[in-house]
Amino acid sequence: MLLRHTTEEVTQRKALTINPAKTCQPIGAMYAALGIHGCLPHSHGSQGCCAYHRSTLTRHYKEPVMAATSSFTEGSSVFGGQSNLVQAINNIFTVYEPDVIAIHTTCLSETIGDDIPQILRKAQDDGKIPEGKYVIHCNTPSYVGSHVTGFSNMCKGMVDYFAQPSDEKLRTLNLLPGWVEPADMRHLKQLCGRMGVSTILFPDTSDVLDAPQSGHHEFFPRGGTTVEDLKKTGASSATIALGKTASDAAAKALDAKCKVPCHVLDLPIGLSATDRFINTLRKVARVEVPREITDARGRLVDLITDMHQYLYGKRVALWGDPDQLVSLTEFLADCDMKPVYIVTGTPGKAFVKRIEAVLDGRCPEAKVVQGPCADMFLMHQWIKNEPVDLLIGNTYGKYIARDEDIPLIRHGFPILDRQGHALFPTVGYLGAMRLLEKILEALMNRQDRDAPEESFELTM
Amino acid sequence: MTLPRPDEVRDELLKKYPPKVARKRAKQIVINEKQEDGSVPEITANTRTTPGIITQRGCTYAGCKGVVLGPTRDIVNITHGPIGCGFYSWLTRRNQTRPPTENDENYMPYCFSTDMQDEEIIFGGEKKLRQAIQEAYDLFQPKAIAVFSTCPVGLIGDDVHQVTKEMREKLGINCFAFSCEGYKGVSQSAGHHIANNQLFKHVIGRNDEGVEGQYRINLLGEYNIGGDAFLIEELLDKCGITLNATFSGNSSICGFERAHTADLNCVMCHRSINYVADMIEKSYGIPWIKVNFLGAKATAKTLGKIAEYFEDEKLTQRVEEVIAQEMAPVLEAQETYRKRNEGKLAMLFVGGSRAHHYQDLFNEIGMKTIAAGYEFAHRDDYEGRRVLSSIKLDADSRNIEELEVEPDADRFSPRKSQEDLSRLSRQGVPVADYEGMMPEMENQTLVIDDITQYETDQLLEIYKPAIFCAGIKEKYAVQKSGTPCLQLHSYDYGGPFASFQGAITFYETVDRMVNAKIWNFVEAPWDRKVKPSLEAEYVRK
Repeated sequence: MLLRHTTEEVTQRKALTINPAKTCQPIGAMYAALGIHGCLPHSHGSQGCCAYHRSTLTRHYKEPVMAATSSFTEGSSVFGGQSNLVQAINNIFTVYEPDVIAIHTTCLSETIGDDIPQILRKAQDDGKIPEGKYVIHCNTPSYVGSHVTGFSNMCKGMVDYFAQPSDEKLRTLNLLPGWVEPADMRHLKQLCGRMGVSTILFPDTSDVLDAPQSGHHEFFPRGGTTVEDLKKTGASSATIALGKTASDAAAKALDAKCKVPCHVLDLPIGLSATDRFINTLRKVARVEVPREITDARGRLVDLITDMHQYLYGKRVALWGDPDQLVSLTEFLADCDMKPVYIVTGTPGKAFVKRIEAVLDGRCPEAKVVQGPCADMFLMHQWIKNEPVDLLIGNTYGKYIARDEDIPLIRHGFPILDRQGHALFPTVGYLGAMRLLEKILEALMNRQDRDAPEESFELTM
Repeated sequence: MTLPRPDEVRDELLKKYPPKVARKRAKQIVINEKQEDGSVPEITANTRTTPGIITQRGCTYAGCKGVVLGPTRDIVNITHGPIGCGFYSWLTRRNQTRPPTENDENYMPYCFSTDMQDEEIIFGGEKKLRQAIQEAYDLFQPKAIAVFSTCPVGLIGDDVHQVTKEMREKLGINCFAFSCEGYKGVSQSAGHHIANNQLFKHVIGRNDEGVEGQYRINLLGEYNIGGDAFLIEELLDKCGITLNATFSGNSSICGFERAHTADLNCVMCHRSINYVADMIEKSYGIPWIKVNFLGAKATAKTLGKIAEYFEDEKLTQRVEEVIAQEMAPVLEAQETYRKRNEGKLAMLFVGGSRAHHYQDLFNEIGMKTIAAGYEFAHRDDYEGRRVLSSIKLDADSRNIEELEVEPDADRFSPRKSQEDLSRLSRQGVPVADYEGMMPEMENQTLVIDDITQYETDQLLEIYKPAIFCAGIKEKYAVQKSGTPCLQLHSYDYGGPFASFQGAITFYETVDRMVNAKIWNFVEAPWDRKVKPSLEAEYVRK
């Protein structure tokens, strides 16, 4: 057994997190910043933070993840990181020539209390920020929230620095995609395009973290939301923010700063959440839903009706990020499956309430936890007590999957051992069909494997 | 093939930097030139990385928890800090381990963290740490619990050593801590040193019962990435050499505790573990020699050195037999792969010893290393230990404790006399010596310390090597430029590459990558440059 020390007996833990279902803020900020065109993320902290974040994002995407660090030493930790950061800004603009440097902090620079806006003023005064270039920042103390909080903070940073208020509103909508994959972002743009809605999607990691092999390392790949577009977000007529944890803060900030009203929705993963997204888009943009999209929805519903028997009552454990979990839970419940264990390390009681709301009594046995010590160890203990038919979560689930002989569908962050998540969407009706295909494949392969020879089915 | 002049390449690499950065980098980009006395040009190493430059380097915590202690299966390693550091070092280094039975302890697939929140940053985290250790003990009753400090821990002043001391007394198990905050030192290297110190203080020497055997050695600086240690263990076993402890691939804390009972320390990765080797030598009288199990020739040489050290005819004979037996398929493989790869160019920028050792493997199939450098090594790893006395300690190095080690009152017992050691040295088994990477590299090759992403991109553009070896952060940027990149930290999830058998796997891996067909398909047919006449013909048709 790989996880041989995981006991059935669940004891209460207050201090020790084991096998976390989250990581820290800065990596989320780094991921979001990669969704700005021509942007180099910068980690204001020890070298290790930047190295770890780049490594994890790289393992997940199998793509270059460029980012710089302030390389704190003991001296800078005592005297403050100003000199390191000013130096870094100068070196980055000289050597790598980005349009934007997006700084996020770390537990180190937060604990010593570095004041980033003050340091940026100093860099500006010293002439270290070339004409027409930008340095933006957000605070991402690692001891608050999780990686999703960091993503959210960087999205808000984009609004704080770039969005320009405008009295004249354009028909354009802002679309905050939340923490989803490049393929999801691309698909969201396509969906809006088919609806005839002009949007500014930000951040946008498509064509950044799924860049084609060209024989040349494009240091700043083609994708990413342009600064010009980020400035125009203040002139849009509305914002649709997907995923409360990841996108709410930026949407609200945009409303406060530029009077752009916002609609905060669940991530459009699965049937109901996608329905709400499309319907909101329809109403806000005052457009018709094209036949093509309604048909795609119909194909999804058809798939569920056709294969319902294989889904019905199947018990699922899922872990990961709140926004993903809310929509996945609802989707599973819509298919008459049983999302029995739902775990996120990202703290926030609103999550539990939202899960209860989307379940709407459809899975009374569901156990939902969040925050420190809400971890995969606890979830594994639950599984040992009462097993599940399916696991949905990141790569770390493969250890439970193997020990307990339960199929695993990789979803969320990070996925370190398979490919496809960055290339094929899970949002929208098409994404839901892909998810469902995976779920059916996993459950039906299991049935085939375990069926006695006489009841091994040809047609299913 | 004519290669560009290295001095011109060097100028090109430095051209774009701001003057201050260029001056600093100039001392870290050196053209190798061996003198007759064996000396090589001085390189600046183990100094601060320039902020903003995009470095390969990580931090002290990574060197301590990730590298040195990570591979040990039966210590509950608790990261004291916010969740990230524990999360990122969770199983990501591919250290394999083989507990003797299903029931033996193995905590490596677990990640333990105090997941510090803002209230602990404000009011202190000692209470939570104490509680976390208690909870770990209650759940697992492990032999030992170790605590690793992350950046904020040092800043808010949590006394991790006091907490672990209290818990050691309370629980009656070994419990110790590492002040390996990420900001200490200039790279992972400081973390290695801190790990070495604490292992020496808290673990080594706690058990006087060594393993039985005639030729008993410890293997130091071998981390069993991808199963390297398994192959080495098998090889040693074949030769009749007994492995008493490994630091720390496929290891158990029991090995560390009895490390002082062996008769020879064999140092593989000099950078990360030479401190332990030195301290054991001073305290217990066990000499150390530099070994290398990467490359068939190097492996054979290493076995020869060990046999020579024990001065035993029977062992020498056995080792020779094993080498002869193992070499046959290796030589055959070398011939096959040499034909396909002779003269191709390799670059290695990685680690603190790997950029050196893997050159042997490339040599064995006729590939030429034209540029290499370490991520976090010191001058002695480049130029050899002969320069140790001339390395000036800077403020960053002084921050890392240097343990004063005295001969152990009861257990100091020199395994060899001074006379024996001098004789061994004359016979080609120098004790406590490492000659470094540069003396083994050809003249006019480039040696670059702490290479930046910018320099990496430039080198690829200028040389278009057949293969580039680095780590995960570099891998896909390199490959996007059309050059295959082999990760030498993780072996791209393949390997193992150590020992004779591993050498063959390495040749195969490199051959597969260098000669992959897919590189011919990068350009779309409609973008391919065709001869105008052919194009015209095609259009006419």
